[in-house]
Amino acid sequence: MDSAAPAILVRDLHKSYANVHAVQGIDFEVATGEVFGLLGPNGAGKTTTVEVLEGYRLRTSGIVSVLGHDPGGRPRALRERVGIVLQSSGIYRHATPRELVTHWAGFYPAPRDIGEVIALAGLRECQDVLTRKLSGGQSRRLDFALALVGDPELVFLDEPTTGFDPAARRAAWDTIRALADLGKTVLLTTHYLDEAQALCDRVAIVKDGRILAVGAPAQLGVGASSRYRVAWRDESGELVGRETDDPTALLHQLTSAALARGTGLADLSVSRPSLEDVYLELTAEAGLQEAPR
Amino acid sequence: MTAAIALTWRQYRLERKMFWRNPSAAFFNFVLPLLFLALFGAIFAGSQQDLDVIVPGIAGMSIMTTTFNALAMNLVFLREQGVLKRLRGTPLPSGNYLAGLAAHAVTNTAIQLGIVIGAGALLFGIGLPHDWLMLVTFAAAGVVCLASLGVALSHAIPNFDSAPAYVNAIFLPVIVVSGVFYDVDHVPAFMRDIAQVLPLTHLIDGLSAAIVTGAAFADHLDDLAVVLIWAALGAVLAVRGFSWEARRG
Repeated sequence: MDSAAPAILVRDLHKSYANVHAVQGIDFEVATGEVFGLLGPNGAGKTTTVEVLEGYRLRTSGIVSVLGHDPGGRPRALRERVGIVLQSSGIYRHATPRELVTHWAGFYPAPRDIGEVIALAGLRECQDVLTRKLSGGQSRRLDFALALVGDPELVFLDEPTTGFDPAARRAAWDTIRALADLGKTVLLTTHYLDEAQALCDRVAIVKDGRILAVGAPAQLGVGASSRYRVAWRDESGELVGRETDDPTALLHQLTSAALARGTGLADLSVSRPSLEDVYLELTAEAGLQEAPR
Repeated sequence: MTAAIALTWRQYRLERKMFWRNPSAAFFNFVLPLLFLALFGAIFAGSQQDLDVIVPGIAGMSIMTTTFNALAMNLVFLREQGVLKRLRGTPLPSGNYLAGLAAHAVTNTAIQLGIVIGAGALLFGIGLPHDWLMLVTFAAAGVVCLASLGVALSHAIPNFDSAPAYVNAIFLPVIVVSGVFYDVDHVPAFMRDIAQVLPLTHLIDGLSAAIVTGAAFADHLDDLAVVLIWAALGAVLAVRGFSWEARRG
């Protein structure tokens, strides 16, 4: 197999429902083995995009390729190589996780070992409990297990940790990192910045059906605006901030002025914009552009 | 081919296992018709003529509860819960899934018919069926007809909360009009006319001939035809409207 070909390729994807243009021309590629995140607020078009790739929705226009297949026809050969964790979906209530993982394994040509999947998903202690008695976190772990048991090359995770408490989130992150370590390609959606930052090799920021920026989380912070932010308290005790491309000169100016006055510079800090700043800036700009219309 | 059969078989086994763990499903599928049989058996205890009506009537009703009612409720629940959507994302072919589900319903029908006919023979003085081929033919046609109509109905039900209302709004009038509890010949003409259009009336007529009266199969081909026409209609509607996902909003 050609490992240089992207696992996912999306070109000018559009998707309209009756009167909503949910996805308005999205382009991105996900390399094999990459963890790629679609980051954006609710209603940005993330789930629509992922569901087109999963084969649940037919695109209105554009080119989409998933592991070399067009997902629109839902070919079985593709479904055998893909694992899906939906945003929210129930499961049979009168069966146990072990029974379900075993049942799901039967759908796939070369499933993983049942016990190994149960351990990987963190379901050992509840594997023989009926699913209707599982907690929210345990149910989500079962979602992971059912998506992984077919040993997929590509895993879709639609908001995998929404509604989780911090401990459950950490556990889910560990599972996702374990997937990456196994060499799986992962496409996840999230509206949590820290999640995108913690897990993703690259992130696309999505708003109103468009991609506003794509890049590694660290690069996005620097790349989108390469400015530094310098903050300090002035003589009146007020916190002032200034953005600059050249912090060295500004700092020199500030410190020499302070020395000349014989005072200090309280709360002096130099920072680079975080992914959060970029995200807020980009999503706010997109909002402003639309306001006059 | 064997792989496809194995997939269907595994789905069937899972459905069976889960069914017995779900007391409310087991109740509606088994206890309710048998309760009706016991109650009406007691009411009609002195009249063999009435017992001759109630046994094939309950047999027909059992076919309806185990297929029409059960599939409509089950599919709406699975659709709303997202189980259908989740299954759709796996390599399991839809046909194998639905075949497993249907086989599960048919098993319930067979068990139920066995109990009703057994009770008729042992308790209600009806004896064993006269024509087994006719019994099986009508039961099979009834299963196909009512199962496909049940799947078709599931498309019309917006959510699980309203599912019992939709199902019972059809089920209760139909079992009364179709002569589950009395002989259709003894009711007002307008009700008889309605009954003549419905498949359950003809299914019960056929079952009655096979189990009780021993009338010739050839005399009931028109009944079979009506059931099969409804089956064809149900099959078209079942396939056309099928949705794997809950409606949004």
